Amino acid sequence: MWRWVRQQLGFDPPHQSDTRTIYIANRFPQNGLYTPQKFIDNRIISSKGYEDWLRHNSDNEVNGAPVYVVRSGGLVKTRSKNIRVGDIVRIAKDEIFPADLVLLSSDRLDGSCHVTTASLDGETNLKTHVAVPETAVLQTVANLDSLVAVIECQQPEADLYRFLGRMIITQQMEEIVRPLGPESLLLRGARLKNTKEIFGVAVYTGMETKMALNYKSKSQKRSAVEKSMNTFLIIYLIILISEAIISTILKYTWQAEEKWDEPWYNQKTEHQRNSSKILRFISDFLAFLVLYNFIIPISLYVTVEMQKFLGSFFIGWDLDLYHEESDQKAQVNTSDLNEELGQVEYVFTDKTGTLTENEMQFRECSINGMKYQEISGRLVPEGPTPDSSEGNLSYLNSLSHLNNLSHLTTSSSFRTSPENETELIKEHDLFFKAVSLCHTVQISNVHVDGIGDGPWQSNLAPSQLEYYASSPDEKALVEAAARIGIVFIGNSEETMEVKILGKLERYKLLHILEFDSDRRRMSVIVRAPSGEKLLFAKGAESSILPKCIGGEIEKTRIHVDEFALKGLRTLCIAFRQFTSKEYEEIDRRLFEARTALQQREEKLANVFQFIEKDLILLGATAVEDRLQDKVRETIEALRMAGIKVWVLTGDKHETAVSVSLSCGHFHRTMNILELINQKSDSECAEQLRQLARRITEDHVIQHGLVVDGTSLSLALREHEKLFMEVCRNCSAVLCCRMAPLQKAKVIRLIKISPEKPITLAVGDGANDVSMIQEAHVGIGIMGKEGRQAARNSDYAIARFKFLSKLLFVHGHFYYIRIATLVQYFFYKNVCFITPQFLYQFYCLFSQQTLYDSVYLTLYNICFTSLPILIYSLLEQHIDPHVLQNKPTLYRDISKNRLLSIKTFLYWTILGFTHAFIFFFGSYFLMGKDISLLGNGQMFGNWTFGTLVFTVMVITVTVKMALETHFWTWINHLVTWGSIVFYFVFSLFYGGILWPFLGSQNMYFVFIQLLSSGSAWFAIILMVVTCLFLDVVKKVFDRQLHPTSTEKAQLTETNSSIKCLDSMCCFPEGETACASVRRMLERVIGRCSPTHISRSWSASDPFYTNDRSILTLSTMDSTTY
Amino acid sequence: MTWSATARGAHQPDNTAFTQQRLPAWQPLLSASITLPLFFCAGLAFIGLGLGLYYSSNGIKELEYDYTGNPGTGNCSVCAAEGQGRAPPPNCSCAWYFSLPELFPGPVYLYYELTNFYQNNRRYGVSRDDAQLSGLPSALHHPVNECAPYQFSAAGLPIAPCGAIANSLFNDSFSLWHQRRPGGPYVEVPLDRAAIAWWTDYHVKFRNPPLVNGSLALAFRGTAPPPNWHRPVYELSPDPNNTGFINQDFVVWMRTAALPTFRKLYARIRQGNYTAGLPRGAYRVNITYNYPVRVFGGHKLIIFSNISWMGGKNPFLGIAYLVVGSLCILMGFVMLVVYIRYQDQNDEDDDDE
Repeated sequence: MWRWVRQQLGFDPPHQSDTRTIYIANRFPQNGLYTPQKFIDNRIISSKGYEDWLRHNSDNEVNGAPVYVVRSGGLVKTRSKNIRVGDIVRIAKDEIFPADLVLLSSDRLDGSCHVTTASLDGETNLKTHVAVPETAVLQTVANLDSLVAVIECQQPEADLYRFLGRMIITQQMEEIVRPLGPESLLLRGARLKNTKEIFGVAVYTGMETKMALNYKSKSQKRSAVEKSMNTFLIIYLIILISEAIISTILKYTWQAEEKWDEPWYNQKTEHQRNSSKILRFISDFLAFLVLYNFIIPISLYVTVEMQKFLGSFFIGWDLDLYHEESDQKAQVNTSDLNEELGQVEYVFTDKTGTLTENEMQFRECSINGMKYQEISGRLVPEGPTPDSSEGNLSYLNSLSHLNNLSHLTTSSSFRTSPENETELIKEHDLFFKAVSLCHTVQISNVHVDGIGDGPWQSNLAPSQLEYYASSPDEKALVEAAARIGIVFIGNSEETMEVKILGKLERYKLLHILEFDSDRRRMSVIVRAPSGEKLLFAKGAESSILPKCIGGEIEKTRIHVDEFALKGLRTLCIAFRQFTSKEYEEIDRRLFEARTALQQREEKLANVFQFIEKDLILLGATAVEDRLQDKVRETIEALRMAGIKVWVLTGDKHETAVSVSLSCGHFHRTMNILELINQKSDSECAEQLRQLARRITEDHVIQHGLVVDGTSLSLALREHEKLFMEVCRNCSAVLCCRMAPLQKAKVIRLIKISPEKPITLAVGDGANDVSMIQEAHVGIGIMGKEGRQAARNSDYAIARFKFLSKLLFVHGHFYYIRIATLVQYFFYKNVCFITPQFLYQFYCLFSQQTLYDSVYLTLYNICFTSLPILIYSLLEQHIDPHVLQNKPTLYRDISKNRLLSIKTFLYWTILGFTHAFIFFFGSYFLMGKDISLLGNGQMFGNWTFGTLVFTVMVITVTVKMALETHFWTWINHLVTWGSIVFYFVFSLFYGGILWPFLGSQNMYFVFIQLLSSGSAWFAIILMVVTCLFLDVVKKVFDRQLHPTSTEKAQLTETNSSIKCLDSMCCFPEGETACASVRRMLERVIGRCSPTHISRSWSASDPFYTNDRSILTLSTMDSTTY
Repeated sequence: MTWSATARGAHQPDNTAFTQQRLPAWQPLLSASITLPLFFCAGLAFIGLGLGLYYSSNGIKELEYDYTGNPGTGNCSVCAAEGQGRAPPPNCSCAWYFSLPELFPGPVYLYYELTNFYQNNRRYGVSRDDAQLSGLPSALHHPVNECAPYQFSAAGLPIAPCGAIANSLFNDSFSLWHQRRPGGPYVEVPLDRAAIAWWTDYHVKFRNPPLVNGSLALAFRGTAPPPNWHRPVYELSPDPNNTGFINQDFVVWMRTAALPTFRKLYARIRQGNYTAGLPRGAYRVNITYNYPVRVFGGHKLIIFSNISWMGGKNPFLGIAYLVVGSLCILMGFVMLVVYIRYQDQNDEDDDDE
């Protein structure tokens, strides 16, 4: 039997209506209007052919994958690209969904199934999806036959977590309406887990799937280098046009006299004479444009693209950016921004999962106003702690102590509770029940089916229980409860089973009020075995405490603040008991809201608001999130590099500050300013003014600023300038209580501030995506909260500490490389084309070319392309270890220094100077066209041009050699190889009468040129003169005002042996080299192999040196 | 590395010198201590070379005479006045008398020089047909369009050799006479007119069309000479190896000059009694004055010069070497001063730290 779900697009134009109707009916004609939708066609137009190609390959793989579709009452195997909207698809365990499906039934009675969306958002936990009860019973192909239903749903949209729709099922002449939400939609790209098979109806296919819609959202980012490149290009366009205009005007002033325009020996044709003057003028202008167009380095763009693409491999290849534990290497998603890594001025970082491990460990709790601490799996009451009074300092010391403890607790297995805990549990029965019931944790006791790769696997091996949770906090709490004696065993068929001290209790799960970031809490409504209906709520203290009407609110608040001070993440737990009448109303309102087709979210929020009130506080929990490795060092290094670090977090103020202190973002010498809890505009402005005053009064020490979300939005709304003023003067800023969009807004604000600084955002979770996309450079941490951030980032790394290598080494290198690349390209094209321009003064502006056309074409393609490309891939002007250990060197390249107008002018003027030397050197050499050959014969115009060209190729190549600091054998090969190639090519090109060329201008010209002794002397002279200027400038710069980079270069030892080292890698050179080297070794006696493999240790002298600098000059980062 | 087999993850990058950007490399620094000796060495070497070049250029003798014939400049002005027009002037000859007080050492080269003549004008420079000049029969009768307006004659015949360059072939001729004794007869000095063009031009690039019945004239049948020529191309010289497209004067002329003032080699003097050069005595150059240059303000010169290994007399190279060499040394000294002062400063800085 056939099933058809018809998508009535014809009746329902997609952009005018919010919903679309797909209806299921029996016996539809087979050849209807249903054009099969090609499965996927995401040819994203981008310049990155390789990236496209990879994507295309994977597309083909997905498109061709076999799937089973229910047709003619049986299963038909087809290709996934043939799936149409309305097809019922069968998916077996561990298969990937080929389209967005609405779940109809699974092999389980309750119609649930588990999926993992790891490839979509990276969340490796299992998610439960449920079918509508009416369809859940249709578990076989034959049963599905009897289904008659219509699905109404939204038009396709990109949000992965939103789906609104309803299914109208006609059963026994009766229409049943069932709401459909995200929990019944199986997304394409997700994988079926833990479930044997499911049936689902395809609702979105091909380009309409949420996965495909998400592909496009990536915006193009352009780097600062590209922007300055375009500025330079405009300058060169102006030069080009003005040269052409000058030439054209001069040509016509010159030609006013007939003896120049048309001497007897060079007459025009009738046609040329009669053509209109204006037309001639225009065509002359265009001819000059063509003649000079090589000044615009077209090949620059090709080379830059190549450099970026090839160069970006080095990031992925870097072993220092490889995280061994998670087996992850750095990923480059956008190679366009490599050099931007060297320009960062502001770093915005998320806290959880970025600075911290996001590995939660339950630490403490406060129950009914009593504080308890978990030590080795048992809860120990805490007295009035001396700990809290000592404050941050003691906390920092105790942190390491706690870390040690955590190893103990995690390794200790599930153990039976001692007697006194039994007491405790009985005493605080409700608290623990709340902890173990109010969550969305899944249990898997199936070990064989490979879901063991989930990161939230618990260590409770003996119990055979593994918990999977969407949030690590929940898992830590459930695990902690289990350790203490209240074990959550599982939820099946809307029942939650909890084993309390070995005694099994069943709770019927009535409703889950899911977590969302606006409410910042979640609740469950359960029916206890005793029959009473309870609501357990869990959430941030700010969202729970105001709703509480009973319990030890004040004491708990104090405890929560104490926990936060220690850098622990806190959650408050509360409950509410319903009378049956109350419950009925709640049930009804919830159902209404959930089935609403329009504004369902709003309605739900209202209902939740209604339900979650009049709570009675039970207590609070504190969970520790450990700091990542070397976060402190990295942040300090960033600061030394002149980068301002902002921490943006959703955490509460106290937690955020204490983490900031412990990770070195704030340090003790800092004066910490606060802008929090501002309620009104005027208050906020006043506070800001006060802060600004304090900063100006006290500018000796560094300032740190703490802002919270509400104050920030006030400050941003009216007092942007003032706020920016304050921020710019603070060396560290901490924003807490931030919503995801607020994070992006802060970055936007900094981005558009007058200095236009380059920003970088680091984050790991879905809540950081907007900030990552907003910043100039977005870095994703491939952490625990899924891969969404990594997917949307420009670069993804495994650990925060890798940031320092990424910026200081890779960023620095890429910037130097590309900056030199850009400048050099403009330089070499000026050198190239200016002699042409000068020559026009000597040939009546007749557009005579100085160089042969083949030379014109090959100059940028062959003769001068490779050395710069190799340079731009391999250059290391300074040792990477020095760069990493001396972050201050990063300041040398800040503010796009190497592409400033000053440097650009230097290169351009250098280019012009060189061009003048080539041209006039050759001009004076030829003099009154005096013979330069030993046999008295004469050279012609082509020899003249070739002389200029030869000098130019050599000079430009050697100039590149002067720029190169890092001579590997490849550099040697391409640099000298380019010059040799030019000679070989010219000899060959000039040695043959080319049959297919119209003119034989170049025949033997090059050979004749080389046979002249004077020409050789002239070439040497001109090359030396050109480079002389540059060398003098370089040496003086280095002597008189060396940059810190240049100073650091000096500290590196370099000897002639290194040159030999580099040659030895070159296969041919090896044998020849070996003997020379052995000799040298004997003479100098210090060429040991260790010399080659530069060994640097952590106890590097630079490092300790710089830290002392930091403490001495506290104002460093603000003065720059 | 044994550990890698076990500890290595699936995605671990390769640990090679290339991927880790650890290729062994030579890292030179342009520091003063390296460049200083370099500057002094280069400076000294350049000054040495410059002196050598300067003296070797100075040893070359040159004798030139402007025979354009501007009014009151010798007896060529008669011809010049007559040849004002554009049309080929009538045969007119004049002479230049000079005397050599001492031997003009040989081998002596005779050049003519034109000024203000733009052989490098683009319209002029492209107006030639290399295929025709290489003797290709098909090209002989179908000259390329670039040759226009010297592509076809008024009668519609293809011009051979076509183009503006060929049409404007320099057609003055010179002969040199030597008076050994004062008052004695003038004896003609033999001028070697061979090998004045590039060997490859004369032997490879320029070829006559294949002879028809052993006759070059027949090979050129159906073509017209360039309008300014008095005789067809196959009659440029009676010598069969020097006529047609391979006439040496023609080949020399066809190698267009780079600049508006240029010289072309006319002849070498190296035969008979003149192998060692031109002995002292009085000389006369008979000039057949045909070529009009006053129209465009040009000059015609005749030049005797001898040649060294580096070509003609050109002091530029020597002077340039001397200047650059001294600049190097000067910069070297400046740098030395800076270097020493900086070194002191640096030491102080170090002490401060």
